[in-house]
Amino acid sequence: MAESELMLQAQDLNVYYGSIHAIQGVSFTVNKGEIVTLIGANGAGKSTTLNTISGLLRSKTGSLTFQGENIGGMAPHAVVRKGIIHVPEGRRIFSKLTVEENLEMGAYTRPGRELNDAIAGVFDRFPRLQERRKQVAGTLSGGEQQMLAIGRALVSRPSLLMLDEPSMGLAPILVEQVFSIIQEIHRSGVTVLLVEQNARMALSIADRGYVLETGRVVLTGPGKELLANDSVRKAYLGS
Amino acid sequence: MIVLQQLINGLQLGSIYSLIALGYSMVYGIIMLLNFAHGDIIMVGGYIALLIIGAGIHPAVAIIAAIVGCMVLACVIEKAAYAPLRKAPRISLLITAIGVSFFLENVAQLLLSANPRSFPNTAIIPTANFNLGSLNISLTTLVTLAVAIVSMALLTVLVNRTKMGKAMRAVSEDMGAAQLMGINVNRTITFTFAIGAVLAGIGAILYCCKYPQVKPTTGYLLGMKAFVAAVLGGIGSIPGAMLGGLAIGMAEVIVNALGYTTWADAVVYVILILVLLIKPTGFLGRTMSEKV
Ligand SMILES: Nc1ncnc2c1ncn2[C@@H]1O[C@H](COP(=O)(O)OP(=O)(O)O)[C@@H](O)[C@H]1O
Ligand SMILES: [Mg+2]
Repeated sequence: MAESELMLQAQDLNVYYGSIHAIQGVSFTVNKGEIVTLIGANGAGKSTTLNTISGLLRSKTGSLTFQGENIGGMAPHAVVRKGIIHVPEGRRIFSKLTVEENLEMGAYTRPGRELNDAIAGVFDRFPRLQERRKQVAGTLSGGEQQMLAIGRALVSRPSLLMLDEPSMGLAPILVEQVFSIIQEIHRSGVTVLLVEQNARMALSIADRGYVLETGRVVLTGPGKELLANDSVRKAYLGS
Repeated sequence: MIVLQQLINGLQLGSIYSLIALGYSMVYGIIMLLNFAHGDIIMVGGYIALLIIGAGIHPAVAIIAAIVGCMVLACVIEKAAYAPLRKAPRISLLITAIGVSFFLENVAQLLLSANPRSFPNTAIIPTANFNLGSLNISLTTLVTLAVAIVSMALLTVLVNRTKMGKAMRAVSEDMGAAQLMGINVNRTITFTFAIGAVLAGIGAILYCCKYPQVKPTTGYLLGMKAFVAAVLGGIGSIPGAMLGGLAIGMAEVIVNALGYTTWADAVVYVILILVLLIKPTGFLGRTMSEKV
């Protein structure tokens, strides 16, 4: 594994919602070519962490470095231009825009001449979206909406793809599908930071994982090791 | 025939209300603000045109200056007064808008006095009438309808076909997700204000050509009617604002035609109250569709 080349480094993040101290001194790294997962119970601070990286929230302290560049405090639209794409929790597709328009928004930062190729690439991966290209996205099924959310992220050709609970609310067969898509995307050269409540699935495809508990990193290690860890098994794998 | 005549009058007035209602609706759609300063932008546009024509400069220059002036003013207001409140509660934003409205009215009064000034409408659209049988249509009416239709068609193309228009719709629906696409939300919001103000500037000229006078409170009642039109059409909806404007114009003309002239303005408020009681989402209000 490409262990060496550091891509994203988060150091001592502290994020507040008013007086709620949601992230308390979180540090972690993502190396180029890895799948890294953040797992933890509901409310542990996983989404807050991703929102901080993508610039929707600010950390009071510490630093965020992406490919050697400080991205802490950058506006979200500027972070996107650096090649970090965040697929937020709950998919957040534009339900009143068509499937195609959603993809166009995903490609917002790309030059116009690349648009058709980029969208064609997504349609290759998700033929279902092509069939529904003129359809308003709000009429898609949950699974299709998740495909659209991922497709919308891919059109911008990210270097780092951050996914927040992509399997949430999906039937088991779709969950399998989503995880295999993530692996495919990863094989195509995209580094992945994956947030999941489905810890078993996430750890089984991840190179490394971090366990978050009430805003702190309590455990870290290779995915396989965490999968075998007793306290992780008890708390997150239900065995 | 008299019905047709009134229909045409209603269309003329209504299309002006539509142009102005669009600015209300688009701004509400994107930042949930009832921008009560929007009406006063029209007053400023009216004064700009009036003063420039009064100075003996070509009316075409005056028209362009009025429209550009409205646009610049709206962008300045947005940057100075609304942008700092992006994360504040909606009510703070609303109160600020009311404050801006009072500010503009009072500045106008200070600089230009409270007395109405007559607007040189014939310098912009010459007096001419066409008779079709017993139907009498003025050139002002024809120009108003043509300009309003073209403006709204262009707006529709802008919003549905261009990258910026799509970004506007994306930001309206989900500002956070739009940011994650790399859309510069602040720029998109400013752009929305600018478009709304351009339409208001066009509306200002057309309105002043129909009712040729300007005073510091010109924007108040006009803004109010356009606001009701936006609510009636379904606030946030662009076709809704167009329909709502036409409906309010028609209602006003009908009430006048029936001889209840003194009631014409009150009827607008009655419509507002009825809409809010019976169908707060208006004709084409947003219906939320969410799927898991
Ligand atoms: N918008 C918000 N306002 C206030 N508190 C919030 C907000 N979002 C999240 N929190 C709190 O921050 C903590 C972390 O939340 P979150 O990052 O969403 O957790 P996770 O994604 O791991 O489920 C929780 O205690 C949650 O209640
Ligand atoms: Mg979450």
